[in-house]
Order: sequence, then C-alpha cells, then structure tokens
Amino acid sequence: MGTMSFLSYLINGISLGSVYAIIALGYTMVYGIAKMLNFAHGDVIMIGSYVVLTAMTSYGMNPLLAVGIAVIFCTLLGILIEKLAYKPLRNAGSPLAVLITAIGVSYLLQNIALLIFGANMKSFQSVIGTKQIPLLGGDLLVSMTTIVTILSCVIIMLVLTAFIKRTKAGQAMLAVSEDQGAARLMGINVNGTISLTFAIGSGLAAIAGVLLCSAYPSLTPYTGAMPGIKAFVAAVFGGIGSIPGAFIGGILLGVIEILSKAYISTQLSDAIVFAVLIVVLLVKPTGILGKNIQEKV
Amino acid sequence: MAMLEIRDLQVYYGMIHAIKGISFDVREGEVIALIGANGAGKTTILHSVTGLIPVKSGQILFEGNDITKVPAHKIVSMGMAHVPEGRRVFSQLTVYENLKMGAYTRKDKNEIRESLEMVYKRFPRLEERKNQIAGTLSGGEQQMLAMGRALMSKPRILLMDEPSMGLSPIFVAEIFDIIQSVAAGGTTVLLVEQNAKKALEIADRAYVMETGTIALSGEAAELLDNDMIKKAYLGE
Ligand SMILES: Nc1ncnc2c1ncn2[C@@H]1O[C@H](COP(=O)(O)OP(=O)(O)OP(=O)(O)O)[C@@H](O)[C@H]1O
Ligand SMILES: [Mg+2]
Repeated sequence: MGTMSFLSYLINGISLGSVYAIIALGYTMVYGIAKMLNFAHGDVIMIGSYVVLTAMTSYGMNPLLAVGIAVIFCTLLGILIEKLAYKPLRNAGSPLAVLITAIGVSYLLQNIALLIFGANMKSFQSVIGTKQIPLLGGDLLVSMTTIVTILSCVIIMLVLTAFIKRTKAGQAMLAVSEDQGAARLMGINVNGTISLTFAIGSGLAAIAGVLLCSAYPSLTPYTGAMPGIKAFVAAVFGGIGSIPGAFIGGILLGVIEILSKAYISTQLSDAIVFAVLIVVLLVKPTGILGKNIQEKV
Repeated sequence: MAMLEIRDLQVYYGMIHAIKGISFDVREGEVIALIGANGAGKTTILHSVTGLIPVKSGQILFEGNDITKVPAHKIVSMGMAHVPEGRRVFSQLTVYENLKMGAYTRKDKNEIRESLEMVYKRFPRLEERKNQIAGTLSGGEQQMLAMGRALMSKPRILLMDEPSMGLSPIFVAEIFDIIQSVAAGGTTVLLVEQNAKKALEIADRAYVMETGTIALSGEAAELLDNDMIKKAYLGE
C-alpha cells in the first residue's frame, strides 16, 4: 500500500510539475531571448482559463474549441503586452524599468479580470473529464486529467525542441538569445523574433491554465499568481534560458511540492520548495542545466 | 559613382561625440583600409553603416540608396555583410549552423548550397569542423567562421572589423591571404585594422582616423611611405 500511495503521489507530482514546466517554458524563452523577466506571465494563465470558462459556460462551446480560442486569445494578448508595455522600454537601458512594468502589467491583468468576472471563485469544469484510469491491475487510480497533462507537457517539449532545432524561426531565436547585434547582421528581425517568443510563451500559458484548472477546478483573478511564481522558480531551478532546464525544473518542483505535502507538511511544502531552490543555487548558481555565462572580450 | 559613400557623419554615444563629421567613399572593386589607434572610432563607423547604432546626422549611401535609417536587419539582403569586431560567432551553434545563419535572408536552396561549397573551399578547416560547436573553435578558426558566415550572404561589399585581432602571425597571414582572394573575386572590401602595415599592404586606398575625424587619406602605397604613418602606426 505504501508503494502504491507513493507512486500515486509521484504521478501527481509529475503532473503538477508538467504544468509548471509548460509555464516555465514561457518564462525561460522570454528571458533567453528578450533578457527580461515577464512577471505578468502567470496572469496570462488566469486570463486563458477565464476565456475557456466563458467560452464553455456562456457560449456552450465544446472544450477543444474553447481551448483553441483561449490559445489564440492569449497568443494575441502576449504579443500585445510586449508591443505596448515592454517594447517601448527595450532601449531605455534600464532592466529595472522593464521589471517594474511587468509587475504593473500583472496587476493590470488581475484587475481587469476582477472587473469583468468579479472576485468570487468560479468553479472550473474540467475540460478533460474526471474519469479515473486503473493502472497496475487496478491498484493505482490515475485521473485522465493527470495523464493528459503529462502527455501535453511531453508533446509540447518535443514539438518546441524540434521547432527550435529545425526551423528558420527557431534558429533565429537561438541567434537572438545569444547575440542580438550579430543576429541583426544576419538579417534577423529581432523585434519580430521577440514578438514570436511572447506569442509562443503566452499560447503555452493558455494551455497550462486549462490543465491547471482541470486539476484544481477553482478560478479567481489570482489563480495565476502562485503557479506563475513557482514556474519562475522552476525556470531558475533548471537554469533560466534553457528549455530542457524548464522541463526538468518544472517536473522536479512539482514532485518536491507534492511529496512534501504528502509526507512532511502541507503548510511547509512551499517553504521546502524554496529551500531546495536555495540549496541548488548555492551549489550551482546557474541552475541545473544553466550555462556559465562567459564574458566575451 | 562610389559604391559606399559616407557624408559628414556625426555619431554620439550619449554625451560622447564619437564621430565628428567624417566623409569618405569606397568604390566598387576596391580594398579600403580604415586604420587608427584604439578608440579612434573605426568600429563606430562600421556599426553606423550597418545600422547597429543610430547616427546623429550625415548620410550613408550604398549603391546610390540612402541607407542612413535602414534598420540593421535589412542591410544584409541589400548586398552588404559585416564581420564584427570580436567575431561574434554564435558560440552554441555548430559551424554549419553558423554558416546557414549567414544565408538567413536567402531563399534559393541550391544557391545557398553553392555558397556553402564555396566557403568550404576557401576555408577547408571549417568543413573539417562543420559539426563542431563554434564556441570550441580556436580564435583563428572563429575568425574564419565569422568571415565564412558573412560570405554566405553573397555580399557585394564586405566590412571587416579587425580580423587579425589576437591571432598568431601564421593565422594573420592566412586571414589576409583570404581577404585578398575574396577581393580578387570581385567583392569590395572595407577593412578596419590595427595592423596598419598588413592592411596597407593589401589595400588600394586608406583612411587614417584620429579621435573621430579623418587625419589623413590616400593611396595605400604612398601612406606606407609616409613618415608620420611610419612613426605612429608602423612602429618604424
Ligand atoms: N557603447 C558605447 N558607449 C559609450 N562610448 C562608446 C561606446 N562604444 C564606443 N564608445 C566610445 O567611442 C569612441 C570610439 O570607439 P570605437 O569602438 O569606435 O573605437 P575603435 O576605433 O574601434 O577602437 P579599437 O581599435 O580599440 O577597436 C571611443 O572613445 C569609445 O570609448
Ligand atoms: Mg574597434
């Protein structure tokens, strides 16, 4: 029985970690390419979830269509945020101004949601369904949501990796992340590449939102804040700027969180997560897969 | 008509007046050397030409078109490539991926493959190391990669910023041989160098810069004989 419950916690941890990983991808890609921390990223998740909820309950759309609309909506939202809030500051030469603006955008999104949807918790009807799948001869029950979440994360990772390795736009992203000036000399439109990065990250945030709310079916304007911060931690954990790092960091974070909740203390789980982060950063300041940044002469 | 013409260029970095009204031109088929001490403003000029930094006033004409305000990413497809100071290869990409990046704006796959073969012929070392991560190349190999990458855009004019910097004499000689053969192939070259002797030896004409202005210009052969140049730049 002990092993079964451990396995079940582990799978739940991987599932939660998958959500963190998908969110962390947005953080890490934007950081790698635009060299900024987009603290509004978590709130895009929340917006995406409200879009799905509205599409399904007010317009009676089927779940898949609703998710598709949320992805498109968040993609456009991400592009818009970048254009209006961050791009004007890009050459101002102050990373702090961008950071503060990102925090401002975060509050703005939360307050817009508050205005439209109110502060009351809305119950989110799982897009995936609540079916339980018996595994290992019925000893282990795993929900469909959990399986879909883990699968989504794996597919997203594979597609994204192939996109970056194989397409011209993906290679342009790598070039911009390494040296914007040299990238421009190659003919790469840096602004366009940054815009694309925000688009991808925000589209993924919508998917993360749907998965998160399907597992934890309550939605408020602040739903995105904590997972956003955790995913940021996951990105740092794995090595900010690194895509496989976001994946590993996210999964680890989810597993540590769920196992701490199960075996140590529900209240302390977040503290434990952050403690582990601190230890990892003490041992390896660039995160698990982070590259040591070499100063060029 | 000049291929590249700079008219009364003024560039500032904040309050620092880096380029103080410079004019010069590069004609088709020429090799032009731009020499001068550290901080004279050579890199700043190349950066202004390819749009990496904004200019305060003045004009930059390329093949008769005003490119003063053209953004950097639109320059390369006009036929101008820039090998930046410090090479700036994409260190996490392979040699081959770097070279492909040089052809980013080109569409025709066959033509790109031809250019790649041409670059490999010019730099056999790059072909040997095509799957190596660029960051692990030696300094001289990285310089070759930076030049190969620029040539992948099939430029009509090649801007090079201190290609010999930090290289051993053998590599320097090799790099200069390659520059000469690129020029002999019909590519116009604007060469920024600290190594004034080498640069003047392969250049047709040269401009000598001093703190944001052009102090001297003329035929490269004559400048090699000029006493002031000998004293200040050739260490004689
Ligand atoms: N980003 C910058 N911000 C402020 N000042 C700058 C910047 N870049 C260059 N400068 C200044 O502009 C002047 C010209 O610099 P530039 O790099 O063009 O010189 P250079 O001739 O290429 O020198 P070197 O031979 O050392 O490469 C110098 O005084 C330099 O300090
Ligand atoms: Mg320089």
